[in-house]
Amino acid sequence: MIQVEGLHKKFSKNQVLSGLDLNIQKGGIFAILGPNGSGKTTLIKIILGMVIADKGTVSVFGKPIKNKWKYRQEIKYLPQIANFPSNLRVRELIRMIKDLRQQTSEEEQLIELFGLKPFLDKKLATLSGGTKQKVNIVLAFMFDSPLLILDEPTTGLDPAALIRLKELIQKEKQKGKTILVTSHIMQFVEEVADEIVYLLEGKIYFKGRISELMEKTSQTNFEHAIAAIATKTTKTTNA
Amino acid sequence: MLKILKYSFYDLMRSRWSYVYFLFYLALGFVLLFLNNDVSKAVITLMNVIIVLVPLIGTIFGVMYYYDSKEFTELLLAQPIKRSSIFLGQYLGVACSLTLSLVLGLGIPFLLYGLFRSDVIFDFSLLLVTGTFLTLIFTAIAFNIAISNENKIKGFGYAVLAWLFLAVVYDGLFLMSLIVFEEYPLDSFSLTATMLNPIDLSRTLILLKLDISALLGYTGAVFKEFFGTNSGLIISIVMLFLWTVLPTWRLVYKSKRKDF
Repeated sequence: MIQVEGLHKKFSKNQVLSGLDLNIQKGGIFAILGPNGSGKTTLIKIILGMVIADKGTVSVFGKPIKNKWKYRQEIKYLPQIANFPSNLRVRELIRMIKDLRQQTSEEEQLIELFGLKPFLDKKLATLSGGTKQKVNIVLAFMFDSPLLILDEPTTGLDPAALIRLKELIQKEKQKGKTILVTSHIMQFVEEVADEIVYLLEGKIYFKGRISELMEKTSQTNFEHAIAAIATKTTKTTNA
Repeated sequence: MLKILKYSFYDLMRSRWSYVYFLFYLALGFVLLFLNNDVSKAVITLMNVIIVLVPLIGTIFGVMYYYDSKEFTELLLAQPIKRSSIFLGQYLGVACSLTLSLVLGLGIPFLLYGLFRSDVIFDFSLLLVTGTFLTLIFTAIAFNIAISNENKIKGFGYAVLAWLFLAVVYDGLFLMSLIVFEEYPLDSFSLTATMLNPIDLSRTLILLKLDISALLGYTGAVFKEFFGTNSGLIISIVMLFLWTVLPTWRLVYKSKRKDF
């Protein structure tokens, strides 16, 4: 589904990715984890073509994505920070995205699911953070695409919405879709992810199942296992 | 690209500033025509206003729109749309709405006054054509500056400086060099210097069409000989065209390489 080879990216002096290789097969939920600033969002944005890599190749659906844009038709993306044009109404935004993508969509159900009906005629600038995130989720899930990329989908959601989001993700998985997700909430990751990819210092530090990670770090708790990677590496760098 | 253009255009058409800009030209057109009672004088006064104001508004609107629509751009970048379409669409959306304000704002009073019965219709259309070119040129320059500067304040500053340079400082330098080198033949130098600045080029083009070049003395005669002919007019239009195409091309080039 996604092949990444020798990916390098530098933002002025800050080397974010240094020779990252990654292979994501079709089907299943992959969680991309790593400490703050480890390049999770950069990796996602490179896959989407929003950030341009200095070196290395990325292929999505078996084709290199350099200077391409049509492949994005097959990707649904939930950005980390929901930045919307503030003078638009929710209804107008949904209509606009539908018009731009020209795909069949099922937004009605999702609007119902997240209780967004009363907000449809409100301007996006007046919405709260959590409501904006719900709009964000509706926009990402309303199209039917084989690949989903969710960057911090849980930000600002209340417990009820979080449960619905998890159900939504599971439903998409059962349809045989590939889902990439980043999150700092380990409980959420443990619940939904089939496999985790741990980024550290611009490279993949670990890729595999959660049980394998716990074995590797000899921890019984997932959150501690993740923390163990972080402390182990700081120890080695200090020494 | 057309879809982005449409959305940017509608977005601007809903904003108050497009109407302010339109109403300003409407008022200016009515006042000049009905106080002057002389269409060709009104055209000259309008030219003086347009030559300075159109580039300024194009620059400021261009920079403001680019920074304001950052979120919109980010949203679009994740959609299946070509990068160049996003930026060209936004650029043309701004330029078209500004041009529409200009053409309608000035066109309505002139039509009501009876433009078609007067013989200055050609001068007037030249005024609108150069106004359109200046809008396209300066909006493109503004988008270029904005895409190269992440910092809003810096981008705004550079854009205003660019306008100030082309509208005011350039003329000063030009005049000074004419005085310093007055002992040398300067015909081709001043012709070239005029061609290289879109504001000067537009001004000269309109002035010479208005048959007041006799006031300009010998240089005026040289200019008249060059710009007054059809080939001169064509070369000038080509220059204005180049001034439009080059910044637009750089905008597309830059947008393909930028990280968001």
